[in-house]
Formats: sequence, C-alpha cells, structure tokens
Amino acid sequence: MNATGGPGRPLVVIEHLAKSYRRGDQVVPVLEDISLTIPEGDFIALMGPSGSGKSTLLNLIAGIDKPDAGTLLVDGEDITRLGEAELADWRASHVGFIFQFYNLMPVLDAFENVELPLLLTSLGRRERRERVEMALSLVGLADRMDHKPNELSGGQQQRVAIARALITDPTIIVADEPTGDLDRKSAGEILGLLQRLNAEMGKTIVMVTHDWHAVESARHVVHLEKGELVDEAAAGSDAGQSLWKRR
Amino acid sequence: MYYLRLVFKNIFRHPLRSLLTLTGLVVAIVAFGLLQTVVKAWYAGSEMSSATRLVSRNAVSLVFPLPMYYRDRIRAIDGVTTVCVSNWFGGQYKDTSASNFFPQFGVDHETFFDLYPEFKTNPDELLAWKRDRRGVMVGRGLANQHGFKVGDVVPIKGTIYPGNWEFVVRGIYEPKDDTIIARQFYFRWDYLNEEIKKRFPRRGDLAGVFIVGIADGSRAAEISARMDSEFRNSLAETLTETEKAFQLGFIAQTETIVMAIRLISFVVIVIIFAVVANTMAMTARERLAEYATFKALGFSPGFVAALIFGESLMLTALGGGLGILATFPLAAAVKGLVGNIFPVFKVSGETVVLQAASALVVGALAGIVPAIRAARVRIVEGLRYIG
Repeated sequence: MNATGGPGRPLVVIEHLAKSYRRGDQVVPVLEDISLTIPEGDFIALMGPSGSGKSTLLNLIAGIDKPDAGTLLVDGEDITRLGEAELADWRASHVGFIFQFYNLMPVLDAFENVELPLLLTSLGRRERRERVEMALSLVGLADRMDHKPNELSGGQQQRVAIARALITDPTIIVADEPTGDLDRKSAGEILGLLQRLNAEMGKTIVMVTHDWHAVESARHVVHLEKGELVDEAAAGSDAGQSLWKRR
Repeated sequence: MYYLRLVFKNIFRHPLRSLLTLTGLVVAIVAFGLLQTVVKAWYAGSEMSSATRLVSRNAVSLVFPLPMYYRDRIRAIDGVTTVCVSNWFGGQYKDTSASNFFPQFGVDHETFFDLYPEFKTNPDELLAWKRDRRGVMVGRGLANQHGFKVGDVVPIKGTIYPGNWEFVVRGIYEPKDDTIIARQFYFRWDYLNEEIKKRFPRRGDLAGVFIVGIADGSRAAEISARMDSEFRNSLAETLTETEKAFQLGFIAQTETIVMAIRLISFVVIVIIFAVVANTMAMTARERLAEYATFKALGFSPGFVAALIFGESLMLTALGGGLGILATFPLAAAVKGLVGNIFPVFKVSGETVVLQAASALVVGALAGIVPAIRAARVRIVEGLRYIG
C-alpha cells in the first residue's frame, strides 16, 4: 500500500516486513507482512493501540532493530542487509531521533547535546559550532545553549532533541511519541515545529503517537492493529478522522 | 578530548556517590601503602645488607658463642679482607619499655666502621672512640630520640651480662641515606671482654658472631663454605652465610606475621574492588537508556564501552592518586608512633608503583563487565529502560 497523496518520490519502501519477539519459549509475532511506502517529504503518524507494533515498525525504519523477514529500503538502500557497524554509520548520517523522554545527556548542556551527532562527522570545531547555533536558533533556544537538560522545561528539552535530530540533515526523522511527556501547550509548540520542519524544510517525518492533536499535524495516518497494517489515510480526510474514532 | 570531558563529567554526576567511592578508594590505597611499608620496614635490616659481608655464627644456634681465636683463622682464609667480632649485649636503658629499647653491640673498634661504609663517622669522634675503652658510637636516630650528645655517660643495665655498665658517648654516626638504620649503640668488644673476664671469668674470649668482609661478593658462597669447612668437627662448628641471609633468618621467625600483613593489604584491595565494581555496575545499569541513545545516534558499542571503562579507570586513578599523596604524610605520622620498632619506615618507590598499579587494576577489572554489558545492550531494550 502507498500512503495516499505522498508529496515526493518513495523514500521508505517496506515489503512483507515481519518481526517477532521471544518471550521465554514463546514466539510473539509483533509485525506481520507489513508493506508500506513513505514518500519523501511526507509526515506520517503511526497509530494503533498498545501492542499493535507501531513502535516496532518505527524502530525498524530507524534501523535500531532488525526484521525477521521482508525488505526495508530507505533512500534505495536495503537496511536489513547492513551489519551492526554499517547500520550505526547509516543511522548517524540518515536518521534523526526524537524520543518521548527526550533522551538528552544530563551532563551535557544544550549545545553539547546537539553537537553529539556531529562528532561522528568530519566537521571541524568551527563548522560544528555554526551548525549547532543555527539548529538551536531554529528551535528557538539560541539563548539556552549553556543550559543543562535539568535547567530546561520539558518542551525546551524536546526542542533541544529536535535540534539534535536535525543537526546532521538526516534523510528521515523518526519521533516516538514526541508529545507524550508534555503538557498541551508545549505539545502544540513541538507539533508546530515538526510541521514547520516538514513543510518548510521538506523533512520526512515518521511519528508514533496516541495524541489526536499530533495526528492532525501529520499529513498521513497509518493505522496498525495486532501487527497488521489495517488502514492508511490523509490525516485531515474523513478516512483519517474515522481512523481516529475507531481507535 | 570530548570523550575525556564526558567521562569526567559522568564521574561527578552523583557527587555523594562519587565522594564516598573516592573516599573508600583513598582509604584502601593508603591502607595498602602503609601495610606494604610495614612489610618493607620489616625487611629494612636485610635490605641494607652488603654483598661483601658474611656473618659466621655457631652452627648449633646463635645463642652459642664461638671461640675468639677463630678470628685469626678466618682472617687467613683466601678472599677474606676483614674480620670483626660482634656480641649482642641486650641491656636495658632506663626501663624495659619498648620506647627505651635499642640494639647494643660490642664490636671490634679497629675494623667495625671499615666494614660499614654506609655509616658516616667524624674522624675525630671515631678516633676518640678508639681511644676510650668505655666509648660508644651511637646512631643519629638514637641520639635524636634520647638526646644523646658526645660526652654523655649512658648507663645500661646488663641482662645477658648482668650488672650496671656505663658507656661514654664518643661519637654520633650518620646514615648514608634514609634507607639505612642508624639507631644502634656500638661499644668496644675489648672493654666488654675485659669486664666479662673480671665478672664471669668462664665467659671470656667468646664471640657472638664474626662479621667477615670479603673482597669479591661473587665468591661469598665459596668463602662461606671454606670457612665452615675450616671448623668442621670442632667443638664449635660455624654456619656462615651472607649478611642478607643472616638477617632474613631473623625475619623468617616472624614470617607468618609478615605474610598476614601482606595478605591483609591485598584483601583491602579486593574489598575496594568489590565497592568500585558495584558502583560501576550500578552506574552502567542506571544509564542504559543513555548508552542506547548513543548507539541509536550512531556511536559504536566500543565508544559506549570506553565511556564506562574510562570512567572506572579515571575514578580509580583519581582515588589512587589522592591515596598515594595521602600515604606520605600518614606514613610520616605512623613513623612517629612506631619509629622505635621500625627505624626505617619510608614509602618506597616500589610501594607507590604497587599502589598505582592496584588502583588501575581495580579500575580496569571493575569497569570491564559493565562496559561489555552496556556495549552489548540492544538499543530497543536500552531505550525502554528507565533508570
């Protein structure tokens, strides 16, 4: 299936993807025969009840987990064939991560946290500084560069995390419940920021969420249930609304 | 640079925990250093032994003397340069307390200080000693402890040789360096022998041991054997050995204590290893989500392992360094308390190296398992971890 109305060329192509986990002697299937295409520049919201496999799908797209079967092409590269070290390099240059609990390094200030992914590049100190300052300005935290995470609000921490996700100009940004730990106002600001990244910078974003406000920010909604893709629709469409209500 | 900064920041993330672990490390490294210094002090006597000095004693036991006429026969043996008689006096100064104990020997005044170049003497004082039958040369450490000055009369109550004895301080010898014990009381053997002959006629002309100077240290075994064969089947057979072996023979009598001290010093290190290992395991477990984030961002498992391993090493290096620094003033304080028992109580370079090595080994061993565990953690599982 294709995400309807994708704005660009296919960026993520998933075919017959399956993933299961072992729990003792039991094999628990999490994803079964998932096929999905995400166009470049799209903003997808992955929805579904708890245990539906949406986070697992996100992890597979982000290259931090490996499928049991199927192919997963990102920007033409089958990442299921990459070894651990290659996959780490691939993530460093192609994926920007936004986590529910921000996952910033508590001992580093905002500047250093955003700089982290650049340490894996060949950029010099001055170039890194320029980039970090630009990214923090973009998320409205130019005046908080030397603040540690515990000196920032939840919304500010998530904005630092977004700056970190952006800093390497990744192919795709994955966000796992980015507003899950935020109040309504901060959540709105974060979603607005993600929308801007998508609309103005053309960033492809895949987001797992339970939040209907977040769903409305996305261009498309993909619904999973019991490890299967049950539907997908444009976020603002009637189908998209009904998906939300079915939840 | 960034890595080191991160490691350093991580160390002081939980200041109280770091402070307690560091305190434990410092205490352990100091305790280890002091115990090793005690062991070293135990062997100090043997370490100042010379390779060109032999000691010949009665083969049956040290408590049995040797006839004095052996001296001339020993002197005639090829390779022997000097022979000096030495008798343990075992007298009491003032009382029987440990603080007033010091070793007293009756020695050949003509040869003794030639045999011991590690004792520096003033030629005038040495001459005065040689001219005064009741004269005594005292070590600088002993003189300082009891305030002995040249000209002082020191009364000693004899135990092996009963009676009251009086000696006149004629000189104070200095140690060549601070590894040399200078707490002895050397008086003239001929004065002792004369008095013995007067007081206990049957105990005259007997030597406790002969200290034998040889020209070539590599011939020590051969000359020792030659000396012992000279007196084989006599009434008083000799047992000759190097001065070091002779001293170690004394230490062997207390070897169990030395072993116990040595063992305790290593037990202290094992205990601190357990403490640091626990700290590092706890630290690594709490930060699983962070390590998973590093890996998600593209950092290698090796980088994650190096973060923990480096933190463990830096923590123990810091604790070890502080512990080593603290050992010196504490050793000086301990010396003030036990200087009478351990005249040389000095933290050796070897002890410092052992302390540093122990700290680093503890750091490496304590960090290795948490580092491997963190490096192997699956990103997905690590991200789920709430520390």
